[in-house]
Amino acid sequence: MTEKDKSKKSNVMIAPFEAVGVVCAQSIGEPGTQMTMRTFHYAGVAEHVPTGLPRLIEIVDAKKEPKKAIIDMHLKSSYARSSTEAEKVAKDIASVFVSDVASVEDDLENLVIAVRFNEKDGKAQGITFHMLKKALETVAPDTKMDEHQNIITLKPSKEKTSAKGEKKKLTAKAVRKLTQKVKDAIVRGVKGISRAVVIKGDNEYFVRAGGFNVLGASIHAGVDANRIYTNNIKEMEKVYGIEAARAAIIKEIHDVMEMQKLSVDIRHIMLIADAMTYSGTVKSIGRHGLSGEKVGVLGRAAFEETIKHLINASATAEEEKLIGVTENIIVGQTVPVGTGKIKLIMKGKKKE
Amino acid sequence: MEIQKVLDMLKFSLFSPEMVRKMSSAKIIVPDTYDDDGYPIDGGLVDTRLGVVDPGLRCKTCGGRVKECPGHFGHIDLVRPVMHVEFAKHIYLVLKSTCPSCHKLMGKKIAVTEIEEEDAKPVLKEAPKEGSLLDVAAEVAKEKADKAAEKAEKAEAKSRAKTKCPHCSFELPEIKLLKPTTIFKDKETLLPTDIRDWLASVTDSDLRELGFDSTYARPEWMIVTALPVPPVNVRPSITLETGERSEDDLTHKLVDIIRINQKLEANINAGAPQLIIEDLWELLQYHVTTYFDNETANIPPARHRSGRPLKTLAQRLKGKEGRFRYNLSGKRVNFSARTVISPDPRISLDEVGVPQLIAEELTIPMHVTEWNLEHCKKMILAEGYPRAIYIIRSDAKRLKVGETPEMRKEQAESLKVGWSIERQIVDGDISIFNRQPSLHRISMMAHRVRVLPGKTFKLNPVVVSPYNADFDGDEMNLHIMQGEEAQAEARHLMKVEGQVISPRHGHAIIKPQEDHVSGLYFLTYEGANYSKEEAANMLYLIDITDLPEPDLKDDRYSGKLLFSQLLPQSSNIKLTSKMGEEILIKNGKLLKGAIESRTMEGELLEHMFVAEGPEFTKTFLDRVTKLALQAISLHGLSVSLKDYTVSPKGMEKVKEITSKMNREIDNLIMQYKNRSLERAAGMALKETLEGLIVEITSKAREDVGKVVESDLGLENPSIIMAKIGARGSLLNAIQMSALVAQQTVRSKRLTRGYRKRTLPYFKEGALTPAERGFVYSSFHKGMTPYEYIYAAMGGREALVNTAIRTARSGYMQRRLINALQDLVVQDDMTVRNADMSIIQFIYGGDAKDPMYASKSEVIENVKQDDIDTA
Repeated sequence: MTEKDKSKKSNVMIAPFEAVGVVCAQSIGEPGTQMTMRTFHYAGVAEHVPTGLPRLIEIVDAKKEPKKAIIDMHLKSSYARSSTEAEKVAKDIASVFVSDVASVEDDLENLVIAVRFNEKDGKAQGITFHMLKKALETVAPDTKMDEHQNIITLKPSKEKTSAKGEKKKLTAKAVRKLTQKVKDAIVRGVKGISRAVVIKGDNEYFVRAGGFNVLGASIHAGVDANRIYTNNIKEMEKVYGIEAARAAIIKEIHDVMEMQKLSVDIRHIMLIADAMTYSGTVKSIGRHGLSGEKVGVLGRAAFEETIKHLINASATAEEEKLIGVTENIIVGQTVPVGTGKIKLIMKGKKKE
Repeated sequence: MEIQKVLDMLKFSLFSPEMVRKMSSAKIIVPDTYDDDGYPIDGGLVDTRLGVVDPGLRCKTCGGRVKECPGHFGHIDLVRPVMHVEFAKHIYLVLKSTCPSCHKLMGKKIAVTEIEEEDAKPVLKEAPKEGSLLDVAAEVAKEKADKAAEKAEKAEAKSRAKTKCPHCSFELPEIKLLKPTTIFKDKETLLPTDIRDWLASVTDSDLRELGFDSTYARPEWMIVTALPVPPVNVRPSITLETGERSEDDLTHKLVDIIRINQKLEANINAGAPQLIIEDLWELLQYHVTTYFDNETANIPPARHRSGRPLKTLAQRLKGKEGRFRYNLSGKRVNFSARTVISPDPRISLDEVGVPQLIAEELTIPMHVTEWNLEHCKKMILAEGYPRAIYIIRSDAKRLKVGETPEMRKEQAESLKVGWSIERQIVDGDISIFNRQPSLHRISMMAHRVRVLPGKTFKLNPVVVSPYNADFDGDEMNLHIMQGEEAQAEARHLMKVEGQVISPRHGHAIIKPQEDHVSGLYFLTYEGANYSKEEAANMLYLIDITDLPEPDLKDDRYSGKLLFSQLLPQSSNIKLTSKMGEEILIKNGKLLKGAIESRTMEGELLEHMFVAEGPEFTKTFLDRVTKLALQAISLHGLSVSLKDYTVSPKGMEKVKEITSKMNREIDNLIMQYKNRSLERAAGMALKETLEGLIVEITSKAREDVGKVVESDLGLENPSIIMAKIGARGSLLNAIQMSALVAQQTVRSKRLTRGYRKRTLPYFKEGALTPAERGFVYSSFHKGMTPYEYIYAAMGGREALVNTAIRTARSGYMQRRLINALQDLVVQDDMTVRNADMSIIQFIYGGDAKDPMYASKSEVIENVKQDDIDTA
């Protein structure tokens, strides 16, 4: 290797004290203006899944419940090989509500609820009358049920004794409430997961669905609990831990950029993910997350909620150590970044 | 020059009333400003002891004139104390946490053990780290402060649970805060005087538990007793043309406060009924509250006579136009210029054309040394441009260079080594050029100054892309650095040629564009050949004076040969171009294929930048663009209506495609109507139909594209430009010449407008393409009225989206920058925060610069080549 090459090689390395944070923020933020706002259609699973800028903002905000979550469930090998087996898992997981397979009507005069099983719909979903009955039993446990052909009539008891021994009369309002509850009761499937579809991946089949209930899905015998992925970062953190959340942030931002055909170096995305997760929990970018927890009072005051930060600082006699970038700009000093971190000493030649 | 930190730390604290009085230079008692003669009233709000704003007057405190006197605080003694709005929450917290009777902190025992544990933790956590990297004490203090609120909350919860004070068994009342400033004890209102007494008797140690540091901030100081009056130069009055004086909003507010204060005092002294006194007290509270923040929730804002809400203290600091973001985070600078930009392909890409007018205005300081003494003297003596404007003596005194030759001669003779002069900028000086919005760091780059005639900044069109500039009236800013160090940094770190590759993705961002690309294509495509004269001319333009041997018969030169003159020996490229052609460059000779955008930016430029360096790349870009422009001028490139006219045969084919599309869609609609359409998984029947129709329409457009492409032919300038990536796309050509095709809103066919239809002329539930936003006409042919509306609907969505997008992405970027700005790579390659906590152990996992990361294989190759040849 010649000297020239050596110097070239060292040029590839990042320069010490380079403001990589700012470069990263600019590299993610600048293409934001070029992104589209269109939503995306995940084949059969969810519509209007945000992509582009709205999705990027969602990721960076670390929302607990993103608008449309998608969950990918990889299957245990015995299920993953054939599409029919995978289809079975998908059917088991996607939640079917009572209202999907039956018409639920309340009779407020007699204070009863009539549930009429729709055999055609039931057959399509693979739901039997028996399954429906079971679901009703769980949602309304202390209710008398009359069966007549394919109609189940729920008869809530006219009087209810509360824990304190007081007797309460059944009201029409209570019946209405119960009707809604019955309609929303799940006959089969995992809570919060809807519309599952089987997708052929690289040499295996997996199930993709709307929703993000990872724990719920992991219970199913066919699902490989170690290979469930959801685009809900908080859920990934909750179930799989912070490293998984970091990986999810990287993947999600990368996918957004990819879909918009914008190229961003992976290092920038990694830095964002690391900054959001280094503390051990996922923190959002913004006043409730990273920016709100900065050390400098002036830095926080210059961002958002100026008055609040100044008042709290004086009440608690806070110290401003002037270690951040904004803080030093505010007081008019050299910023502790890049060439601001080093001093230059020149060897002068004394005149003879 | 040494970088010096003047400030090491700032401490925030509260003023005690005593402190306010101590630092006050005047007690303000008169609710008025100037007397009838226009002289400041003593004891009034513009008392000369507070400093002066009128020229000619002298400050009574320091004796300084307008610009010398920094201003001095005064104070108002409030007859009755009032709450400070902003601290209401803090006051409430202390009141809730302490006993109303014995004033001791309740739930203390629990708090203490917790604090002990927490105190121990951070120290332990910090221990393994390098002491020099982290100020342990600061960290502990910060954590403490953070947890103070939490602790207080817990203490509060404890006190709420118990109904009796654990110390004196006092039956605890319920303390409530009615925003903004009223505090209730059970149902009775607590008066600020009582609150102050209560707070004053809370012990220092109890306060520490609550997170207060009693040396700097005691809670009773949060009750305003003595109100500081800011110096007049904080609230200067302005004189209107009519000679009328208009006072600052703060002065107005202070007048109100003094007035009510006086009224209250008079009533108290006269022994007025309690009710009247309380009303006035309440009014005083209102005025003091709005003096601090005129946007306090639940109280009406104080208004100016004109009805405009007053801008009081909080409003001065808050928000985008507030002190922090407008004046502190962003500062105005001298030595800068702004004007319209225009293109000039003749200057180098690292130059900026500066108008003479601006060059004469901007200056640069120059140290006078023994080596440049004569030069400096000449500059002082100079009659016209470039000349020195100021002389700065070693005692920092500035002298303006004299008007007359005699004065200048005298000044030049007295000039000494060690002084400096401020001279006008000249060719070759370094400057920072910037276009807003500065979305990334390459929105500011260092250009060499080149003084040119005209009144606009001149910019080589090849550098517009990092600035995202065009020349339809864009303006840009120019900054002249004043220190040698800053200039050197700009020269070495910000120079344009160093930014050819974007740090965002490691690909070229400064690259030949539009006409450059077309030109290079015409120069290098098969059959491009030039006479000796033409070749000589073209090469002369790019400073090549050695004419190579002609490579074609009849003494003609191929464009490829001319282009190859610019390539470095090291370039070896083999790839397939956008046109599907093979491109072959071997040892700096273009052998096969025509250059188009992808070849240029990808392989050629990036490779060159890494292998040959920025300087080489700069000259290459300068020359290659000149050559390209020469080639395009010789070849000619224009479009006319004829270029967008599809032959009758072609139009026939287009018609066939659209009618086939219509038939297919009609067929689908029929299936949909008689319910024989198969529903796609997870979609409603209607959605399935829409999905299929959209598929058919886009397929039709593709088919039309093929027809257009073959009909217009590869000779068509529009198609050529699209194919080589110079400008426009095939879609543009299709829309102009054949059909505009489906319009969409929210990625769906048009649905909106009227009930179940797009326009009132259609039947409800209309589904055919013509009724749902399909434009059969081309821009060339012209649209029908229906189609015109469809196009407008689609166009409107695009407009609205751009407007929303810029606002949203702007805010996102502000947040990103704010959250990440302190992250810096340390010299050990770790990425750390401002407080030195580690974000990444090695930047990016490999410590590589994203700018060059994808190019490391180039370096590897260089190495390999050397070994091979050795």
